[in-house]
Amino acid sequence: MREMRDRQHEQDAYVELGSGAGMNPHRARSIARVVGAVAKQVVVLLLAIMMLYPILWMVASSLRPQDEIFTNMGLVVTKPVWQNYVAGWNALSYPFGRYILNSLIIVVFAIIGNILTCSMAAYAFARLNFRFRGVLFGFMLLMLMVPIHVIVIPQYIMWNSLHLINTFVPLILPKFLAMDGFFTFLFYQFLRGLPRDLDEAAKIDGAGHIRIFFQILLPLMKPAIGTCAVFTFIWTWNDFFSQLLYLTKPDMYTVPIALRTFIDAQSQSSYGPMFAMSVVSLIPLFLVFTFGQKYLVQGIATTGGK
Amino acid sequence: MSSFAEFGALVKNRHKPKDKPSDTKVALGFLAPWLIGAICLSLIPMVYSLVISFTKYNMIKPPQFVGLMNYRHMLADPRFMNSLTVTLVYVIVSVPLQLIAALALAVLLDRGMRGLSFYRSAFYLPSMLGGSVAVAVLWKMVFGSDGLFNAFLGLFGIDTTMSWIANPDTANWTLIALHVWQFGSPMVIFLAGLRQIPRELYEAASVDGAGKWRQFRSITLPMLSPIIFFNLVMSIINSFQTFTQAYVVSGGTGGPSDSTLFYTLYLYQQGFASLRMGYASALAWIMVVIVALLTGINFALSKFWVHYDD
Repeated sequence: MREMRDRQHEQDAYVELGSGAGMNPHRARSIARVVGAVAKQVVVLLLAIMMLYPILWMVASSLRPQDEIFTNMGLVVTKPVWQNYVAGWNALSYPFGRYILNSLIIVVFAIIGNILTCSMAAYAFARLNFRFRGVLFGFMLLMLMVPIHVIVIPQYIMWNSLHLINTFVPLILPKFLAMDGFFTFLFYQFLRGLPRDLDEAAKIDGAGHIRIFFQILLPLMKPAIGTCAVFTFIWTWNDFFSQLLYLTKPDMYTVPIALRTFIDAQSQSSYGPMFAMSVVSLIPLFLVFTFGQKYLVQGIATTGGK
Repeated sequence: MSSFAEFGALVKNRHKPKDKPSDTKVALGFLAPWLIGAICLSLIPMVYSLVISFTKYNMIKPPQFVGLMNYRHMLADPRFMNSLTVTLVYVIVSVPLQLIAALALAVLLDRGMRGLSFYRSAFYLPSMLGGSVAVAVLWKMVFGSDGLFNAFLGLFGIDTTMSWIANPDTANWTLIALHVWQFGSPMVIFLAGLRQIPRELYEAASVDGAGKWRQFRSITLPMLSPIIFFNLVMSIINSFQTFTQAYVVSGGTGGPSDSTLFYTLYLYQQGFASLRMGYASALAWIMVVIVALLTGINFALSKFWVHYDD
C-alpha cells in the first residue's frame, strides 16, 4: 500500500516536471534522484553491515582455531573447526545442555504465567466496572516505572527465609502473579480494540464473564498472545540480574549464569570455546526473532505506535 | 503506550459517572493473581525496604535501627558518588545518542526505501541480542587490545593496541557504544509513529516551498514529539538500571578503577556480596528519588518541545 503510494507520488512529480520544463532539467532531476537513492541505499547498507559485523565475526571466530581468532578479522571461514563447540559444551561442571534445559524450563513457565495472568488482569481493567479501578490501574502503570531494586532486597530476604533460593520459584512465581505490567498493558490495549458487541451478544446468550473471556475474547487475542510470548522469551532468556541472585548452585545455573562462570574460569588461551557457547546461547534468541518478528512488530504497533 | 497524554487519559477517564461498580466480585476473581502479587511482591516489599534502609542488617543478626546513618554515610562514600557520576554520564550521553540514531534511521527508512523489511530486521536484531551475556562477552573482545575495533581503526591508519575496556578513561564509552548499538527498538517505534503522520501535511508544505529539512523540523518533529518524549523518559529510567553489561565487561568488579561501577552494580555489591542490606536499601531509595527527579525535569522541559494535538 505504502510503496504504491510513494510510487504514485514519484509519478506525480515526474508529470509535473515533464510538463513544466524542457527535457534537460527533467533528465538532470531524475538522474539526481537516482544518484541520491543509490547513495542512500549504500549508506544504509554499510551501516547495516557495521551493525551486524561483530555478531558475524563472533560466529566466524567460534569456528576458527585458537591462534587465528585475534589475527583474522574477516568473516570467511575456510576450514570450520568444530572442536571449540565440543570443548565449550563440556567445559563446565555440567554439559552445557543442562543450562539450556534450566533456562528453557524458566522461559516456558514464564510465558504461560504471563499470558494467563496478565490477560486476566487486562480483562478486568478493560471490561469490568469495579471500585478503585482507576487507582489500581494507576498503581500498575506506576510499577512499570519504579526500579525493581527497591523491592528486590526484601524479596530476596523473603525467598531466603522460605528456603527457596536455588529453586526456580522466585523466577517463575511472579510471572503467575501478573508482575510484568507491560504485558497487562499490552493485553489491555488489544482488548480495547475488540468490539464490545462480542461480549454483549455472548451475554444475551447467557454466557458469564469466565466464558466470555476464555471462549470468546482469548482466542481473538492471538496476536497479543504471540507478542507476549516472544517478548517474555527474549527477556527471560536474557535475564541476568535475578538469575544471578537466586541461582547459585551449578546444577541450577541457567545459560547466562553458566556463560558468566565460563568467562571467570577461562584462561586467556581459550576464547574459541567461550565464543562457541556464546553463539549457542544466541541461537534460540535468533530463532525466536526470525519466526516471531511479525509479533514483535505488531506488539510495537499496539503499544508503541498507537 | 506511545505518549503520556494517552497514559493520563486512561487513568482519568476510568470512571464515567453513570458506570456503577457492578462487577466488583468478578473483577476480584480476574485480578486475584495480580492483587496477590501487587500486595506481596510489590507493596509490602517496598515498605519493608524503606524500613530496613533505616537499619543495619546483614541477614544473620536481626535488623538494628540506626536512623539516618545509611543516608548520611552515602554522602561520605566516594564509591557511591563515583557510581552515581559514572551512571549519570552513561545515561545522559547514551540515551539521547540512541534516540537520535533511531530517529535518523527511521526518517531515512520511512521515505520509500527499497528492502525496508530487511533493514528493519538488521537494525532491530541488536536490540534483541544486546541484553544478553553473550553480547557483553563479545563487546569485551571487540574493544580489547587486539579486538575488532582496533582493527577497524587500523583501516584508517590509526594503529593502536590500547584496550578500550581496560582503560578507565574509555571503559564507560564502550558501554555507551553498546547502548547506542541497540537503537533498533526505538527506531521501529518511530517508524510506526511516522506512519501515523498524514501525507497531506508534507504535500501542503512542499507546495508552500518548504524543503526537506524544514519539513522535518516543522512537521515530523512536532508530530512525533509525544512518542520521542515517552521513549526518552522510559529510556532514562531503564538505562539508569543497566547492570548485565557492566557486570560482565568488568567481571563483576565495576573496574578498571571503578570506571564501570554502575549504580546497580554498586548496589548489588553492597547488598549481595557484602550483605549490607540496610545500606543497599538506602541506595535503592535514593535511586528512586534520582530517577523521579530526572523524570520530573523531563516533564518540566517537555512544555518547550512536546506538542499534543488536543
